[in-house]
Amino acid sequence: MIRIDNLVKTFGAKRAVDGLSFEVQRGEVLGFLGPNGAGKSTTMRMITGYFPPTGGTVSVGGHDVVEAPLEAKRLIGYLPEAAPSYPDMTVQGFLSFAAELRGLDGGARKRAIGRAVEQCFLSSVLHQSIDTLSKGYKHRTCLAQALIHDPEVLILDEPTDGLDPNQKHEVRNLIRELGKTKAIIFSTHILEEVDAACSRAIIIDRGRIVASGTPDELGRPLDEVFRRLTLSDTAPRAVPTVKRP
Amino acid sequence: MNSALHTIRTIAKRELVSYFTSPVAYVFLVIFLLLTGFLTFTAGAFFERGEASLGAFFGWHPWVYLVLVPAAGMRLWSEERRAGTLELLLTMPVTAWQAILGKFLASWAFLAIALALTFPVVVTANVLGDPDNGTIFAGYLGSLFLAGAYLAITCMTSALTRNQVVAFILSVVICLFLILAGFSPVTDLLVRWASPAFVDTVAAFSVVTHFDGFQKGVIDTRDLFFFLSVIGFSLFATGLALRNR
Repeated sequence: MIRIDNLVKTFGAKRAVDGLSFEVQRGEVLGFLGPNGAGKSTTMRMITGYFPPTGGTVSVGGHDVVEAPLEAKRLIGYLPEAAPSYPDMTVQGFLSFAAELRGLDGGARKRAIGRAVEQCFLSSVLHQSIDTLSKGYKHRTCLAQALIHDPEVLILDEPTDGLDPNQKHEVRNLIRELGKTKAIIFSTHILEEVDAACSRAIIIDRGRIVASGTPDELGRPLDEVFRRLTLSDTAPRAVPTVKRP
Repeated sequence: MNSALHTIRTIAKRELVSYFTSPVAYVFLVIFLLLTGFLTFTAGAFFERGEASLGAFFGWHPWVYLVLVPAAGMRLWSEERRAGTLELLLTMPVTAWQAILGKFLASWAFLAIALALTFPVVVTANVLGDPDNGTIFAGYLGSLFLAGAYLAITCMTSALTRNQVVAFILSVVICLFLILAGFSPVTDLLVRWASPAFVDTVAAFSVVTHFDGFQKGVIDTRDLFFFLSVIGFSLFATGLALRNR
């Protein structure tokens, strides 16, 4: 569903993303790991068509994101990092707006909103204006927007950020459940989430893949592997994949 | 094509509603009506003129709009940038042009509503005398295009920055230039140093020069073309500014 080939993004002299290539199939949940500033959000912004790539290609469902942006974007549900939303709108109004932009009308829109509200546990705040909501609710409102059109591809930038432990648990379950029928990429700093929700994970550092595989293949304990690969400046740079011997 | 219109309408509807769900609309409408009323009936000497026309009313519009239109439009893109909703909006199946048009048309419609609420001035003139309502109509049309030109310039400055104050000041300065280039106290002064041809060329870029005809009841296609070019150019520049993400 998602194919990324030799993706590069530079900001001035800085190479934020430096030749990434990977694929995500339907039925896969790809955990996207890496320290802050490793290029996770930049990569996701290129997949969703927000940033034009400096080099390389992204295709979603066979549509090149640069050549056929609308076709690609229709397949994608996207939760940006800061989970932005329009604060003066109600949850209902915001989701209705998102559904309308996704081309859902009448009964289909109503059903879509109902489903997303249920998936993200928003029914109690449906008619509240977004700026009165707590951070967790704001976050889930934006997540609901990403799910509204039941997309085939989900790009979730730190979907569990700012949630309490119960909510984190629910969202992980939701991602795992959705992952059975969709192609999902989600980024996280929380390594347990890789075990809890991912079928595969990629660790990136300074714009390059330093490890990729199932959580078991990456090695145990995960946080030690993560630190070894990303923390030190002298960490091995030329290791494209880590496979268990 | 249909879906493009649907998208533009969806975005415009959200934008227009957002004016009225925040205090912006009400503050704007009250100040606009008080200010135009005050300037027309006191400083404009509406009654003392002894003529049934709206010259005292329309003459102030370039100046009233100078502050109020940038105030109404400054948040259009700055706020989207600041809140991060720009990322949300542009990763929906929406082209930048659809978003730009939708937001511009919504704000323009809002300004049209404000302008329509000045109808008591027309009623007053008609009760007290026998004005040429065709001239009044032309004045309103010109005023609407004048507001549209300022608004498009504000869209452009707003797309440049996430800071609303910067957007406001930049658009006021640009609009002020567009007034002064054809404002008679300035052109009279310029004529002493520069050739009349030069002064005329500069004045041709002024909104005042092109608004004058409308006030006299003349709907000249060249004047319409001028305002539409300012709007077109500014919205095009807005598109360029939004490429910088």
